[in-house]
Amino acid sequence: MKIEQQTTVVIGIEHLIGRVEQFRKGGYRLVQVNCTKIGEEFEINYSFEKDYRFENIRIIISPDSEVPSISGMYWGAFVYENEMHDLFGVAVKGMNIDFNGNFIKTSIPYPFRNLQFQGEGPCQGK
Amino acid sequence: MSRKIVVPFGPQHPVLPEPIHLDLVLEDETVVDVIPSIGYVHRGLETLVAKREYTEYVYIAERTCGICSFIHGMTYCQGIEQIMDLEVPQRALYLRTIWSEYSRLHSHLLWLGLFADAMGFENLFMNAWRLREFVLDVLEETTGGRVIQGSCKVGGVRRDISNERLAIMAAELTQFEADLSDLSDVFLHDDSIQSRLVNVGTLSRTDAYDLGAVGPVARGSGVAIDLRKTGYAAYGDLRFEPITETSGDSYGRCAVRVRELFSSIDLIRQAIEKIPEGDIEVKVKGNPDGEYFSRSEQPRGELVHYLKGNGTKHLVRSRIRTPTLTNIPPLVKMLRGCELADVPVIVLSIDPCIGCAER
Repeated sequence: MKIEQQTTVVIGIEHLIGRVEQFRKGGYRLVQVNCTKIGEEFEINYSFEKDYRFENIRIIISPDSEVPSISGMYWGAFVYENEMHDLFGVAVKGMNIDFNGNFIKTSIPYPFRNLQFQGEGPCQGK
Repeated sequence: MSRKIVVPFGPQHPVLPEPIHLDLVLEDETVVDVIPSIGYVHRGLETLVAKREYTEYVYIAERTCGICSFIHGMTYCQGIEQIMDLEVPQRALYLRTIWSEYSRLHSHLLWLGLFADAMGFENLFMNAWRLREFVLDVLEETTGGRVIQGSCKVGGVRRDISNERLAIMAAELTQFEADLSDLSDVFLHDDSIQSRLVNVGTLSRTDAYDLGAVGPVARGSGVAIDLRKTGYAAYGDLRFEPITETSGDSYGRCAVRVRELFSSIDLIRQAIEKIPEGDIEVKVKGNPDGEYFSRSEQPRGELVHYLKGNGTKHLVRSRIRTPTLTNIPPLVKMLRGCELADVPVIVLSIDPCIGCAER
């Protein structure tokens, strides 16, 4: 049995700001933003909630795309956007606080961008 | 107008159990702006999905946090179970609920002790942690672990608690509740505590909601968000209402946590009374293929484990959004306009868990 219904709508990057604005005007709170690398593309999910109604929008971008910041509408989004930049190397344009790659300090730049493990885990390659 | 100066706060500071850095912009003794910075303890736990099977990753998920490890493990397992449409036995769901509430008691008592210590009230710190020992003893006795419980697995739980033991646990809660009453009286009514907390670090209801505050930070400002109301685990069968305060200050956040101790005791009692007989796990076959945002209410607030599988034994993505990460923007808002001397108390009032936030 599903605990809650979750919807995810895939939209074009050009519609991102307009759609987020609708959530903002509709009184939704921003729950999280996350990035996943699928093949050569990045899948970015924006999650919102109102009265325990959980809704997501998704954009799919190429690695060299620039994503507009939503921190103008949701001020707290800077933590997710800086993290997305520091771990995946996704360029985010117009962040209200831009740490220029120093929000999450990693030993190598953009460590989640090209994840590769070679024979380190017990299940690797099986 | 006086000259602005920047005072660095952290990453090492006596009140900080974990490293966060704040650049405090001051005019005289007043904080006029704050730039937060984390990233000192990033462990890259999420990348380990590529190295561990989805059934093994629960051990990694649990180690995200040393305080609410059980709830991390449970939220991860719940996400996999939702993707694979597994029907977890009711008894397992009740046991998860009981352990979650003991974890909340342990976390809140730990925080209350640290908070008292930050205010220089060391005797109160010791009393809070003395009571916390009782909770840790129960967790150790029933799961085998004081800090990392390891009792949750995909499809259910690893250990049962006998009905006789459950009856003893319920009986022991009576004395524990009485001890907590004495402790809570100090936190809620003592003059010296109130003088450090009332009207300090105030966050309005609107700001709390707009900035994405969760847990006691949101509820202390009157925003009644509590993910347990979604009915995950056995919460759908239990009666409770989110604890809220309206003052929005450090006192409000402290009062929410104090009152939640009693709410947790009530939930444990209800769960022990209603727990059904039956299996504690279901056999798991196959691999997860799909995605799910698994959400739960940690002691610090809403926790999200985003899980995505592609039909193999390794997940494509695990993304853990902890409550502390989303409570950082509200913290910035609370600190603007406060006195420098109040910064440590305000920072602690969000119950920051930075290791958890950075994963």
